[in-house]
Amino acid sequence: MALALYVLRRLMSVIPTLFGVTLISFFLTYMLPGNPAQVKAGPLATPEYLAEVERQMGLDQPMWVQYGRYVGGLFRGDLGESAATGRPVLQDFTQRLPATLELTLASLILAILIGVPLGVLSAVHRDTAIDHVGRIVGVAGVAMPTFWTGLLFIYVLFYLIGIAPAPLGRLASGLTPPTAITGLYVVDSLLTGNWRTLWSSLGQLALPAATLAFSVMAPVARMVRATMLEILQSDYITAAWAAGLPRRRVIYGDALRNALIPVVTTLGVVFGFLMAGNAVVETVFAWPGIGNYAVTALMTKDSGPIQSFVLFVAVMYVIVNLIVDLLYAVVDPRTRLS
Amino acid sequence: MSLLEVSGLTVHFATDDGPVEAVHGLDLSVGAGEILGLVGESGSGKSVTGFSILRLIRPPGRIVRGSVRLDGRDLLTLPEEEMRRIRGARIALVPQSPRTALNPVITIGTQIARLFELHGDLSRRAAWNRGIEALDQVGVPDAARRMGQYAHQLSGGTCQRVMIAMALASSPQLLIADEPTTGLDVSIAARILGLLRELGTRTGAAIILITHDLGVVAETCHRVAVMHAGQLVETGTVRALFRQPLHPYTRALVRSIPRIDREVALEPIPGAVPSLLHASPGCRYMARCPHALEVCRKNKPSLDVVEADHRVACHALEANRAAVA
Ligand SMILES: Nc1ncnc2c1ncn2[C@@H]1O[C@H](COP(=O)(O)OP(=O)(O)OP(=O)(O)O)[C@@H](O)[C@H]1O
Ligand SMILES: [Mg+2]
Repeated sequence: MALALYVLRRLMSVIPTLFGVTLISFFLTYMLPGNPAQVKAGPLATPEYLAEVERQMGLDQPMWVQYGRYVGGLFRGDLGESAATGRPVLQDFTQRLPATLELTLASLILAILIGVPLGVLSAVHRDTAIDHVGRIVGVAGVAMPTFWTGLLFIYVLFYLIGIAPAPLGRLASGLTPPTAITGLYVVDSLLTGNWRTLWSSLGQLALPAATLAFSVMAPVARMVRATMLEILQSDYITAAWAAGLPRRRVIYGDALRNALIPVVTTLGVVFGFLMAGNAVVETVFAWPGIGNYAVTALMTKDSGPIQSFVLFVAVMYVIVNLIVDLLYAVVDPRTRLS
Repeated sequence: MSLLEVSGLTVHFATDDGPVEAVHGLDLSVGAGEILGLVGESGSGKSVTGFSILRLIRPPGRIVRGSVRLDGRDLLTLPEEEMRRIRGARIALVPQSPRTALNPVITIGTQIARLFELHGDLSRRAAWNRGIEALDQVGVPDAARRMGQYAHQLSGGTCQRVMIAMALASSPQLLIADEPTTGLDVSIAARILGLLRELGTRTGAAIILITHDLGVVAETCHRVAVMHAGQLVETGTVRALFRQPLHPYTRALVRSIPRIDREVALEPIPGAVPSLLHASPGCRYMARCPHALEVCRKNKPSLDVVEADHRVACHALEANRAAVA
């Protein structure tokens, strides 16, 4: 009960923030060069027809009126319409969301699976070769832009060596998607026992997920390293050694358990990085998610998809941070409500 | 030969300003069933000595010289895995700060029960029950409920008792208790000391009791070793040391014990503990010593036998004898 109340209060408190997000995203889109009516009317439209389309789309109205109409629509669950696809944005979103979720989750899992052990090893073998390699990989991951790492992976692994599939979407051409259960191809092919689509979807997912993971793995590893170094010096770790506990248990049990607490806190930030990186990586790998959709819309000032994408990222951010805070109480008994 | 024989132990900590010599040529021995008090001011190297015996000095610290023999085997040359099997099982430690020595995210029960699993070869369930018994034994009230709690939910005194219960999980041959009664109220402190004495007589364990409190030493220990600035200055039976403290530092310590039966003002020990950075190769008490000689500057006095089981490291022994008489 206390928990439900807490969640509700947290959700209420972000309403002003989300409101601000709609305002900013609307303004920035408004300022973009280009005319979505032109896209909808087609390149050969007469000026009269263009004016007619503009009127239909409400683009002839003053900015405030347009904004009011947009926000009014949001309250009715109407995200607007995409000029490019001619369909409601909500519909496009629902269709593309699983692709983005699959990519984001895969890269998050990958970043944690590699980043956490890398951080632990760097701390335990401080100032040795492992630590230096970890540091170099970390700097590279942060310094190289994701579109560039993406292209590099494609160039080396697909073009030169040829072990990766063509970077064209979620499944090899000719395969039909598995029956939609969760919308995540990997999970759905597993659930339906469709090994060919499982293999293909994993293969397609590998490079974009690795690209995204590479960009956030470093902060995770650095964080784990720094906290592990501190924790390995702590009294309770010395006490654990003094009690004769096996090395593995001390490092991966007693110490890592404490080191994961600050890592959980950074997951919110990591997730934000991933959402931002999505837009780029999906474009590079022709991944049919909402990031790709938003970038395409950006080119044509297709305001519905752009604003919805921004709003969606903001909402996700809020939700993820809420989950992180709830998770925090699970991993750190000191913060538990008693 | 005693159960534990430390000889020539020297421990350095590397710092930006040079090595800090926290322990310098320390000789120490404890026999089975014996309780040795290790006393000295703050920073004199008592805890570092304890950690050295367990070979738990980690960078920037380093054991530079010396040997630590348990039953004749030098622990400092053992392979790490063999040393690990000695820690907790044959030599147990009650750390100085019990609250921070408990893992904050693991329940008390898990932390204590896993030691019974590890050292007592018990099943998980049996180990848990032994954990409850062990907490009961050291006087933790409501032990079964405490098992499910975390360190931050316990008082300092309870943490202290939990640490003692954990150290006793394996019936060690040697127990190093680092200020086990600091911060406990008098009755609980008495109970803990009673427990240690009983451990000595019941299992024949040797105990090194590190403390600031000479009152505790007088009450509990058989022998005392006095440390000053990383050096051992005097060692002997409790009786001999209190009756005839030959080293000027020991004398100062003994005089600083508050006593109810004597209306004597407490005498603080003059001077401060000297810096251990670029520490002198001679006697480190020199700057504070009323009887300092020229020879004290250059030569570290050796620990000489003055009578059976009473040894002093001082160049000005005659002046000291006169001062005691
Ligand atoms: N990590 C370290 N780095 C540098 N010097 C250290 C370190 N640990 C200990 N020392 C040095 O070792 C000396 C002895 O420390 P130790 O903890 O053994 O003192 P102690 O006798 O246990 O004091 P207390 O009664 O306050 O516990 C300290 O004065 C300090 O200079
Ligand atoms: Mg100490």
